[in-house]
Amino acid sequence: MPEMQTSFKAKSPAKTFKRILGYLKDYKALLIVALFCMLANVVCNVGGTFMMSIIINRFILPLAEGKEVILGALSGVGALGGIVAIMASIYLIGASLHYVYNYIIIRITTRVLQNVRNEMFEKMQKLPIRYFDTHTHGDIMSLYTNDTDTLRELLSNGLPNIITNVLTIIGMFIAMLVLSPLLTLISIAMLVIMLFIVKFIAGRSGKHFVGQQYQLGALNGFIEEHLDGLKVVKVFCHESAEKAEFDGFNGNLKEASRQAHTYANVLMPIMGNLSYVTYAITAIAGTFLAINGFGGMTWGGLVSFMMFSRQFSNPLAQMAQQMNGVLMAFAGAERIFELIDQEPEEDDGYVTLVNAKEDENGNLVETDEYTGMWAWKHYHKAEGTTTYVKWMGEVEFENVTFGYVPEKTVLKNISLVAKPGQKIAFVGSTGAGKTTIINLINRFYDINDGKIRYDNINITKINKADLRHSMAMVLQDTHMFTGTVSDNIRFGKLDATDEEVVAAAKLANADYFIRHLPNGYDTVLTGDGENLSQGQRQLLAIARAAVANPPVLILDEATSSIDTRTERLIEQGMDSLMQGRTVFVIAHRLSTVRNSDLICVLEHGEIIERGNHEELIAKKGKYYQLYTGAFELE
Amino acid sequence: MKEKTLKTPRAKGGLKKISAAIGEYKAISIWTSVLVAVEVLFEVFIPLIMAQIVDTGMNDELTAFPFILTFGNLKVQLFEMSDRTLFIVVCGVMMVVMALLSLICGALSAKLAATASTGFAGNLRKKLFYKVENFSFKNLDRFNTANLVTRLTTDVTNMQNSYMMIIRILVRAPFMLILSLVMSITISPKLSIIFAVVLPVLILGLAWGTKVIFPRFEKMLYKYDEMNESTQENLIGIRAVKAYVREDNETKKFKKVSETVQKLQFSAEKIIVIAFPFMQILVYACIVCIILFGGREIINSHNGATQGMTVGDLTAFLNYVMQILMSLIMVAMVFMTIVMSRASMDRVVEVLDEKIDIEDGENAKDIVPVDGSIDFDNVDFSYKNDSSVLNLENIDLHIRSGETIGIIGGTGSAKTTLVQLIPRLYDVFDGSVKVGGVDVRDYKIESLRSAIGVVLQKNVLFSGTIKQNLLWGNPNATDEEIYHAAQAAQAHDFIMSFPNGYETDLGQGGVNVSGGQKQRLCIARALLKHPKIMILDDSTSAVDTATDASIRAGLKKEFGDTTVIIIAQRVSSVEDADRIIVMNDGKIDGIGTHDELISNNDIYRDVYLSQQKGSEEEEVSENA
Repeated sequence: MPEMQTSFKAKSPAKTFKRILGYLKDYKALLIVALFCMLANVVCNVGGTFMMSIIINRFILPLAEGKEVILGALSGVGALGGIVAIMASIYLIGASLHYVYNYIIIRITTRVLQNVRNEMFEKMQKLPIRYFDTHTHGDIMSLYTNDTDTLRELLSNGLPNIITNVLTIIGMFIAMLVLSPLLTLISIAMLVIMLFIVKFIAGRSGKHFVGQQYQLGALNGFIEEHLDGLKVVKVFCHESAEKAEFDGFNGNLKEASRQAHTYANVLMPIMGNLSYVTYAITAIAGTFLAINGFGGMTWGGLVSFMMFSRQFSNPLAQMAQQMNGVLMAFAGAERIFELIDQEPEEDDGYVTLVNAKEDENGNLVETDEYTGMWAWKHYHKAEGTTTYVKWMGEVEFENVTFGYVPEKTVLKNISLVAKPGQKIAFVGSTGAGKTTIINLINRFYDINDGKIRYDNINITKINKADLRHSMAMVLQDTHMFTGTVSDNIRFGKLDATDEEVVAAAKLANADYFIRHLPNGYDTVLTGDGENLSQGQRQLLAIARAAVANPPVLILDEATSSIDTRTERLIEQGMDSLMQGRTVFVIAHRLSTVRNSDLICVLEHGEIIERGNHEELIAKKGKYYQLYTGAFELE
Repeated sequence: MKEKTLKTPRAKGGLKKISAAIGEYKAISIWTSVLVAVEVLFEVFIPLIMAQIVDTGMNDELTAFPFILTFGNLKVQLFEMSDRTLFIVVCGVMMVVMALLSLICGALSAKLAATASTGFAGNLRKKLFYKVENFSFKNLDRFNTANLVTRLTTDVTNMQNSYMMIIRILVRAPFMLILSLVMSITISPKLSIIFAVVLPVLILGLAWGTKVIFPRFEKMLYKYDEMNESTQENLIGIRAVKAYVREDNETKKFKKVSETVQKLQFSAEKIIVIAFPFMQILVYACIVCIILFGGREIINSHNGATQGMTVGDLTAFLNYVMQILMSLIMVAMVFMTIVMSRASMDRVVEVLDEKIDIEDGENAKDIVPVDGSIDFDNVDFSYKNDSSVLNLENIDLHIRSGETIGIIGGTGSAKTTLVQLIPRLYDVFDGSVKVGGVDVRDYKIESLRSAIGVVLQKNVLFSGTIKQNLLWGNPNATDEEIYHAAQAAQAHDFIMSFPNGYETDLGQGGVNVSGGQKQRLCIARALLKHPKIMILDDSTSAVDTATDASIRAGLKKEFGDTTVIIIAQRVSSVEDADRIIVMNDGKIDGIGTHDELISNNDIYRDVYLSQQKGSEEEEVSENA
């Protein structure tokens, strides 16, 4: 689950902040307008409050004392109306500007988020399989949900608020200074005290929130694992032990979040009421000043000052509260940038696959039309010439050595040749390296040593997309995507016609069950094909490979969840599909590999036996043991 | 991650179910609200004292300084002083004292609110988890894990936040609103008319905003969920994406959705950003009106308390105005939050409301089955409880105690369904299943299941050591018993090959062992129960054939009295069973020994030959 491993502190906030600003570059003009609006809004707000002292001092009080007041052409109560109208318009302008900059900000924020998401997804598509081996789905998904959420919060609320708050504080400070430097001094002193309290509480609260997140992660992990295995729990009647263990996690989380929320909750009443204390002290001091006429303090001035004094602490408290959010957003942004900065899958292959035909002289030439014949277009830089090699589907391993991590070699010195149209099978126990071998052919992983050649071309020279296009894979874990059954089959070949899709389904023997689905080929699959059985999903995966129609097929345990009868039906289809194709197959069931041209028995990353079925049986080695073990018990 | 709710009608009485989780935190919750109210009370009087300072303390013409509280026409004089300075100081001290009292109440209520709301959430989580623990297999089929995890974490957290808001802000804001309203009417009934104009406008505006915003947000969140779901799908299927070079296409698809999300997000937030300036304008409108009309009042009264309105009254009034409007905004915000968390509440209630369909019957006997005999008497079964969609039809099957039974059949032939009826993981639709001669529904579930070892098709090991996992079978097992079971399951040797042996940490979901090893550990775990019946549902599929044979030999030798039922794809796994059942499309197609079936069952012969000879020249006559 997402919350688990996420940290809450950004490593280098300054750098991250700069990079976030980088995303705003395209919106410079709009941003300047927004900043101007913020500034003007603050000026209007502060100005409005300031106007109040002017109105009370220069208009209301003189009028109350019966003095004449003139504003332009207006006099008396009319003048009061006039000045109030001016104040009203200042406020109105302020509020309108507020709307304008908010509008601009959400316009920018939603766009920036869209860009960030697109960038993440686009990058994710380009990452090597290795990345997905080392990052859990939960962690990656959390980038799209939690981390973009905090980023949105930062851009649409955090940053604008901080800017306006800083501006407001400056504005108010100036206004208060103008009204009474002495009282301002008192306010500042009180403010400093308040800030210390805020800092203390916010620090405590932050610490406990980290504790809460940690406990939440622990509980999350427990629930996830144990609910996933709940059927096992039921079978073992282990419910009461589970409940007791849960109570422990739940209690910890409750306690941690109680502490976190206590500190967070307490902040508001403390800040609110301390501002009243400040208010009282300022009021007493101000009253003395007003009575004695010190520092030119007037009643109206005092009223205005009191308003500022009450409002002064608000922006500061807000900023203190938002600091945690800002730091969290930075940490989230850092994780997002970490994904974006990942090295993409390397692809410096320049040999491409092109439609080809034979000209009058029997030479291969490139053509734009679909001929059904394909060729590798190989440009030789040194000579500046281009040669065409017919796409046959021959695969050769020469002394291939590979390890997922440098310290541990998984495959040692693998050499083998798969002639076009041959069926190569890998057998061996779990962890012997069968899946690893086939993952090297389409360059899910790059080998450490040795060479893999495809039609006599080193696969590192072949453009990765073309390499993968030229082979179809049916994997151990089959995955469906949201969409219709047809869409899912068409995943193998985007421009496949309906007829091709049906033909492929028929070949994989999937046609029968598909027609029995509620809407046949148009049945919508959701949630990774949850409404299908594992066997049906595998049939679809095979159909997907069939529609791609490549010369090389890779089948990794492709039929493990299909009963042997159905499997045999598929195999029939497969046999015709395999006709003229190079096939690599991994299976536990030896019956599925019997008719292979070459069977490689793998153990600890090495081929310990090779040959066809008859040869290996005659050899009476490991294969013989495995094979006979299946039928001669005891 | 956000999850879509299952499509069920909104749970009735859900609020009642959820509020039951308040439990022992009821008193604390009430105290929270009371303290909040007291806090507000103190807070409300503060501007009043302020007005006294300004009006009385600062009035040049006075020589005596009375502290008068005005309630409409009623004037109460609390005390009177002759010294101006003393009066101001006393008033100031009163203010500070009130502020401090309010602070103490506020802080205390904040602390209690935290205790109450997190306690409530803890109870709710516990209720949910306990409920889910009691789910039957059928219940579990309706919810997936991710879905349940979201309900237990994110959704409960949302409820916790809502609850905290209810006991604090939803008490504070309306109370503050009413008191401030009373206060401002006290100061100037005439000026208070402004509220009669502004409040309806504000409420109507907020109501309109909520009405417009809500559907837009729902639409946006729906699309947002969809985007995240498809991202997750892509993530899970990344190998397929790469194998078929669909990266660009997937990116294109994503960009389209992400653009829609952006547009929807913009269209929703566009309305929200009107809200704040709108409220700002209202607040300003109030201030402007108060100053204009209040100013005229002051002019008319010549700023004399006896004649009417004073500057002090004006400041106090402005303060109350602020408080009233702030309260209203808070109430609106709380309502928004609560409305937004409605979906969470629905999801939580849905779990609490789920009817558990397998429970101990009233007359359930607390006895352990006498032996491992199993009888299916004309059993029908349907996952949908619908006689027209039967998954098992008219199963009549009698297994003697100690027999070894193999089950073979195609995908979807209901092999797993059949065996799951034995430990009562599902209930029959019609007919009965007996274990040890007694209907499974007449046992206490725990006593029935304690006698049956089941290794499910989907094996799960838990974080912890190998030993901890094995002990699930029998918490009191000695080391010898553990080794014994592990040996029978052919797991002992590989366990001992690990540096830490039985103390090896398996990691979450048993990630540190291979598939075949995992299956053997699961078998050992079930064997530790010393079950009368052992069910192996395709539990050796990842084990090589030689080990598979050894496991069966070990079972026979060490657990000879146990009835063993083996579901398998490989004929070799069941070939030596006492009897083999051939399942086809929810019915028993044949029962007999290997030799009998070879001679009289087409399906069995087919399967056998296909595995024996590979796919050579066999003719396949029928569809599976």
